[in-house]
Amino acid sequence: MEQVHRRRFLQRARDAAAGLVAAIGAPSIGAQMIDSTKIQGAPNREYGTRSRFESLKRWITPARYPSSTASWTPLGDLDGVITPSSLHYERHHAGVPDLDPSQHRLLIHGLVERPLVFSMADVRRFPLEHRICFLECSGNSYTEWSGPSAKNVQQSHGLTSCSNWCGVALKTVLNEVGLMDNATWIVAEGADGAAMTRSIPIEKCLDDVILAYSQNGEALRPEQGYPLRLLVPGYEGSISVKWLRRLKVTANPYYTREETSKYTDLLPDGRAREFTFVMEAKSVITSPSAGQTVSSKEFNEIRGLAWSGRGKITRVEVSIDDGQTWRDAKLHGPVLPICHIRFSLPWGWDGRETLMLSRCHDETGYVQPTREVLRQNRGDKSFYHYNAIQRWRVDTDGQLHNA
Amino acid sequence: MHNRIAEYVSHYREEALAVKECNTLRPLAALVIIFASTGAFSDQENTGHYGIGATPSELLISTWDIAIGPDGEELPEGRGSVADGKAVYAERCAVCHGATGIEGPDPILVGGHGSLTSDKPVLTVGSYWAFATTLFDYIYRAMPFVAPGSLSADEVYALCAFLLNANDIVDENVVMDRDSLPAVRMPNRDGFVPDPRPAFGDQKRLER
Repeated sequence: MEQVHRRRFLQRARDAAAGLVAAIGAPSIGAQMIDSTKIQGAPNREYGTRSRFESLKRWITPARYPSSTASWTPLGDLDGVITPSSLHYERHHAGVPDLDPSQHRLLIHGLVERPLVFSMADVRRFPLEHRICFLECSGNSYTEWSGPSAKNVQQSHGLTSCSNWCGVALKTVLNEVGLMDNATWIVAEGADGAAMTRSIPIEKCLDDVILAYSQNGEALRPEQGYPLRLLVPGYEGSISVKWLRRLKVTANPYYTREETSKYTDLLPDGRAREFTFVMEAKSVITSPSAGQTVSSKEFNEIRGLAWSGRGKITRVEVSIDDGQTWRDAKLHGPVLPICHIRFSLPWGWDGRETLMLSRCHDETGYVQPTREVLRQNRGDKSFYHYNAIQRWRVDTDGQLHNA
Repeated sequence: MHNRIAEYVSHYREEALAVKECNTLRPLAALVIIFASTGAFSDQENTGHYGIGATPSELLISTWDIAIGPDGEELPEGRGSVADGKAVYAERCAVCHGATGIEGPDPILVGGHGSLTSDKPVLTVGSYWAFATTLFDYIYRAMPFVAPGSLSADEVYALCAFLLNANDIVDENVVMDRDSLPAVRMPNRDGFVPDPRPAFGDQKRLER
């Protein structure tokens, strides 16, 4: 009986949908479409998930070992400045460990008055530290050093993401252990298979570093360091050690593999820069961008992201004539330091081929450089810290390409 | 190495108990503080000490204290020769890094000397790394990739001896241990310079 009722009901819903489709001229999938106003929707869910029509995903760099690669945020199809936790970029050196927070411990020792070990419950009792900030892998955009390469903005710029982080200020916890006079660096170590280790200057640790246990309001995702990670604002992502289990206060940096063999910058004269921490100002037009198509010759809106590891973005300029003229884009506030900023600029396309660029300024007076200037300064053997102006070409058919 | 894991597991239990004990005493301490003051904490009263955290055992510290700085202070006991290292390398490393450390497919470990200024720099242990201690530190914690932390200290010392010899940094009779390894001077020791950035501040006067 219920079956019959339901069938009739669905038929009525379909008929209504068909009428609606005829009225609004929607595509001819109408026969299968159900008028959502004629039936009850799905019940509540205890833990939400996105619409079945949405399919955005991270792009994973093909690698010999799937546990040591990167996955890239789909910046070209995201709005706002907060990256959904599920789409935050990943870079692991030995995969994602499966850690039980009730068993996890943070040990702080070395040049301290009182070595201490903290449970996660302990860490959460400390006063709250809260901020919205970006994390960027210093390998972001590495493909662009030698010229236009990545096929879309996800693959050129997707190793940056921005979240709302909660935790405790590292300086609060360091005060608890008490630093000795010769404390100058902190060696941070993760509980992953790489026991990922980086050295951080004590000045930074006493400034704005956070021991973070929460991302976008809920516990960190496993791939973001659950249950505890360092968050070192403005510094290259690898120093925000995930699955943090140990901080050793030392008198010197430890020159770990990830700060000598990797994460150093080779110069043309054969020397290399070490401890290049700060992620300098960078911007990119996310839409329209390579792989996308401009659909209208009338109104379009250019949208993008800008960020700086040194502070606030103060200005973003956009050029639609390959840098001959620039116009200030609108910055959608709040403009926070060391945070993704969304910018936009209306644009009427004349249908001709053109080159589209964005260039940002930060509060220190720094201006995002061109590829040519960056290479003049650093040579062409660098891998990390590529932050040059990104150029997209709009073809006459409206398709965009990396240029 | 299995001992290391067993120590680690038993250690976790010990620490968990220590933390638990601490937690039972803590509410009492908090009460004392509250009654002694007027009630809520104010900035003036807050000395910045919260009494949170437990004292770690020596065993936890010694088990976890695996990061090795350039002075080698944390290096464990043990020793290994070039010949021993050659055997360990063939068995545990060659499958990824190649028969002699130059074939790959994973990072090239040997050679590249004098290549840093060339069009195709080859960054290896011998041509690029600044400290020999980094080699021990990384192998001991993270290698082999498929079984990180599964090599003994002796095996890692031997691998260091083998790779340093393959890079013509030490002779074939060398034995590596916690004294000899930090004393090795790497060819590119002075090849690293501090970060001079920012470099482009003057660009703010770019014409519009």
